[in-house]
Amino acid sequence: MQDIPASRSWVRRLILILGLGFLYIPMLILIIYSFNSSRLVTVWAGWSTHWYGELFRDQAIISAVLLSLTIAFMAATTAVVLGTIAAFVLTRFGRFRGENGFAFMITAPLVMPEVITGLSLLLLFVALGQLIGWPTSRGMSTIWIAHVTFCSAYVAVVVSSRLRELEKSLEEAAMDLGARPLKVFFVITLPLIAPAIVAGWLLAFTLSLDDLVIASFVSGPSATTLPMVVFSSVRLGVSPKINALATIIIVTVSIITFIGWWLMARAERRRAQERALMKKP
Amino acid sequence: MRFPRIRGRSLVIALPYAWLTLFFLVPFIIVFKISFSEAMVALPPYAEVVRWADNQLEVVLNFGNYVMLFTDSLYVNAYLTSLRVATISTLICLLIGYPLAWAIVHSPPSTRIILLMLIILPSWTSFLIRVYAWMGILSNTGLLNNALLKIGLIDAPLQILNTDYAVYIGIVYAYLPFMVLPLYTALMRLDHSLVEAASDLGSPPWKTLFTVTIPLTKAGIIAGSMLVFIPAVGEFVIPELLGGPDTLLIGRVLWQEFFNNRDWPVAAALASTMLLLLMAPIMWFHRYQRREMESD
Repeated sequence: MQDIPASRSWVRRLILILGLGFLYIPMLILIIYSFNSSRLVTVWAGWSTHWYGELFRDQAIISAVLLSLTIAFMAATTAVVLGTIAAFVLTRFGRFRGENGFAFMITAPLVMPEVITGLSLLLLFVALGQLIGWPTSRGMSTIWIAHVTFCSAYVAVVVSSRLRELEKSLEEAAMDLGARPLKVFFVITLPLIAPAIVAGWLLAFTLSLDDLVIASFVSGPSATTLPMVVFSSVRLGVSPKINALATIIIVTVSIITFIGWWLMARAERRRAQERALMKKP
Repeated sequence: MRFPRIRGRSLVIALPYAWLTLFFLVPFIIVFKISFSEAMVALPPYAEVVRWADNQLEVVLNFGNYVMLFTDSLYVNAYLTSLRVATISTLICLLIGYPLAWAIVHSPPSTRIILLMLIILPSWTSFLIRVYAWMGILSNTGLLNNALLKIGLIDAPLQILNTDYAVYIGIVYAYLPFMVLPLYTALMRLDHSLVEAASDLGSPPWKTLFTVTIPLTKAGIIAGSMLVFIPAVGEFVIPELLGGPDTLLIGRVLWQEFFNNRDWPVAAALASTMLLLLMAPIMWFHRYQRREMESD
């Protein structure tokens, strides 16, 4: 690791303050105004938690939250399995026929506009329904498939970057000692890439939870996810109830991210200590 | 590590390969097929392109959708507006993101990680909610106008919400983290002794920036720009919530054709042309990402 000279100039501080301010002030405003007692979202009328009560009494929002959490859990879990296999294939299998096409199907979903993905998957589901009679109706299962598809691409990118950092010597040693490839994967590789898999799962979970456009295309009347409820309400204008919901989402995500960051930093420190110990004669 | 050539190997490749082919590649072929279909009142609302009747295989290709896309100014304008908005937003993102990435890289190593996390964190919260946050700030009775009126900078509220400006702000705000990340990676990898050498030899800082730093971080600039530009071209949520009724970006037009007009073939033709338009940028991004995945 090279030493990058730390700049002490006020320019660096100013850029950081402006950049982070731009990113965080709108969210802070949202949080502050969620405690506004007035119905008019732009007029401050004193502190109140009234809108949080309203939010928890809103049956449509509560059931949408439950549906979204269920889909996100299932999609993230499947995407982790599929994405980890894909990352392993990309980093450990060397060349095979159709490899470039395979890599393309991993990178393209990262940038593909959502309206294209959504429309194309819907047309696929309709065609499949005509051809083999499945899916008979669209809803949770079609959203799950759509989310697994784009989430596994993200998981593959996260996991493959960890796989590349990993020393191959441990896996090779196990192979030389006669362990079968499957055993090597489960006993050696998997524990080593576990942090990346957890990170990939969390990323997939939040991506699925947040998706509006793709879910709107592939869903049917039976399944309304949380972003769909939020979107149809927000379209009509700013609403204090949505501010309360936004606050809960922002605070939850921040806490989980900080815990994850803290755990990773601790593991990193411990690894550095171990390395330092090993170097001593 | 070389795996022995056994059947297990092909099986492991086959699983993700089959899933992605069926749910990512095949759908595009279907979109392309249906873009040559004719809309009709039925379930599903389009005519079959390939028919088998009386021992005859009939293929009816309807080019009407494409003719309409290229002759109706609504669609042509939507494409041009999308390209313009996406290009300008990408440039603004780059102008804000590059100094930001530079400032993080040149922070003390202990604070670098936490700063990077602070940049990523917003992208882990809801996209929809972050766009929504600007509705309350930019509206005529919103916080920005109230503040400007109070300090006497303006006499009447500025119309920002429901204009193109709000769309630019929304896209830059929502996509900035995706620009900063690859720039950060590129700047971290840059051999900083080269920058020092340039300044030791008397090159002024701005010249070093344009002749050393920027050319050597080109890969990060391309990746970040593609991560903003490509999704921004097809963006729907931001123009819908922040734009005016005449801010017709292609993603929004596609949405309206599909959901409001129920014209699936025109929506499919719009998606096909958008994909064609974006093919070069997507390949560009893929090439970069591929190199990134192979290099150590």
